[in-house]
Amino acid sequence: MSDADSTDDTPPMEAVRYDDGTITYPGHPVGPDGGDPIESIDLSEYTAEVLTWTTNTAPPPGVREPNTLAIVEFTVDGEWVRAIGQVDGDVSIGQTVQPVYVDELRDPEPSVRARDSQDWDGYRFEPVSE
Amino acid sequence: MERVAIIGASMTQFGNRSAWIRELLAEAGHSCLTSAGVDPNAVDHLYVSNMAAGEFEGQTGVSNALAHDLGALPAYTERVDQTSASGGAGIYAAWRSIASGASDMTLLVGGEKMTHRSTAEATDVIASLTHPVEYKHGLTLPSFAGLTARRYLDRYDAPRESLASVAAKNHRNGVDNPKAQFQKAVSKETILESPIVADPLRLYDFCPITDGSAALLFCPESVAREYADEYVVVAGVDGATDTHVVHERPDPTWMGAVAESARGAFDMSGYGPDDVDVAELHDMFTILELLQLEALGFADRGTAWQLAEEGYTDRDGGELPVNTSGGLKSKGHPLGASGVAQAVEVYEQLLGDAGPRQVSADVGLCCNVGGFGNCVTTSVLEVGA
Repeated sequence: MSDADSTDDTPPMEAVRYDDGTITYPGHPVGPDGGDPIESIDLSEYTAEVLTWTTNTAPPPGVREPNTLAIVEFTVDGEWVRAIGQVDGDVSIGQTVQPVYVDELRDPEPSVRARDSQDWDGYRFEPVSE
Repeated sequence: MERVAIIGASMTQFGNRSAWIRELLAEAGHSCLTSAGVDPNAVDHLYVSNMAAGEFEGQTGVSNALAHDLGALPAYTERVDQTSASGGAGIYAAWRSIASGASDMTLLVGGEKMTHRSTAEATDVIASLTHPVEYKHGLTLPSFAGLTARRYLDRYDAPRESLASVAAKNHRNGVDNPKAQFQKAVSKETILESPIVADPLRLYDFCPITDGSAALLFCPESVAREYADEYVVVAGVDGATDTHVVHERPDPTWMGAVAESARGAFDMSGYGPDDVDVAELHDMFTILELLQLEALGFADRGTAWQLAEEGYTDRDGGELPVNTSGGLKSKGHPLGASGVAQAVEVYEQLLGDAGPRQVSADVGLCCNVGGFGNCVTTSVLEVGA
């Protein structure tokens, strides 16, 4: 599926496929079973299933409160790949969600991590209406 | 290879302390050397287990500072950082130093000073161990606990009350530990009605933020009797690492690095789970005690919640007393100190010095977890022959 709001400027939700077929999000120089990275996959083009979720009421500085988070599982060409991220809306185990781009997931200023050491945009998960 | 003895152990009061990191480390280190009757000049290697004194306090170089403060110059020093598992990693480092012959006397001091920071700030310092794709979403260690607990309870049809049983037990044990941050029993009802922190986990499912320090003194077993009538031996120790990115683990409810480190520690010791009489587990969150019981081989997958419910892990009358010290849950969790303090408790249990907390034990186990299982050390301790 494609996100109606996405434009060509929207960065991909980039997972990496290795030469043994495994896929991880994020990518690593070496795959989980030792494979070499061979291609990028944009997970924002797929839906995922919620494996588990939580709502954190004591988030660190610069993070929305409360902060609902989920671990979700995508299936890409028969291979599973999981991701973690913030959730908008009510969520439950087994629910289908879609990634939606957000330009700032967290305000980096009050955090302990150097702003330029990483990116702060990314994808939240939203329930897909049946 | 030389067998490694522990001939001294001490810990400071855990809790909200006015002392800063250098003072906390010196308090535990000095007490350990003095009680063992060992001159600071005899220390060849000095290890300091500490996660983040630079980030929390702006004090770096803590191991060199401690050598000076203790009068242990010119001992070789090293700071050991394995996040929350720094203490256990320090035990492994101290063991290696003696077993290899590089040191004839090694002092290990673990400590952390945290309570001068707000809960949100301290949470962020700890969360800085996460991968960028986790950190930008505001993932914290308590969030991982909430995610994992929901998955565990759902998958194994375990009651929420079983997690409260873990917290209630460890608080009950902490009542008899004068060094614990909390020395107060808490009912399951209070735990189950406490504020939600990371749904389904509530306030009492989490350890507090703590200042404190603990120390252990190591030497070759061949000379241990020159210093102590009774001592403990490190029968086995090992460490292991799991994925940095938590959601990449094939089974979110299985702690692979706990299992791997336990295998190594048990293999070295010649003991197995059935031989262990007392265990200190890393109950930073209640769910972690259950997951460690399973990965250490004390319970089958998906069944450890029953042990907590049935009293199997109770101090009084339980088959395997777990966290007789009160655990991180009630004793407190000064990050770098916790793994060392686990072994201090097992040392006292094995030598019969645990007072009202005493259980019958010849073999004890410590499991120290960093990150959300990212790095783990397990050690098996026994009474010296």
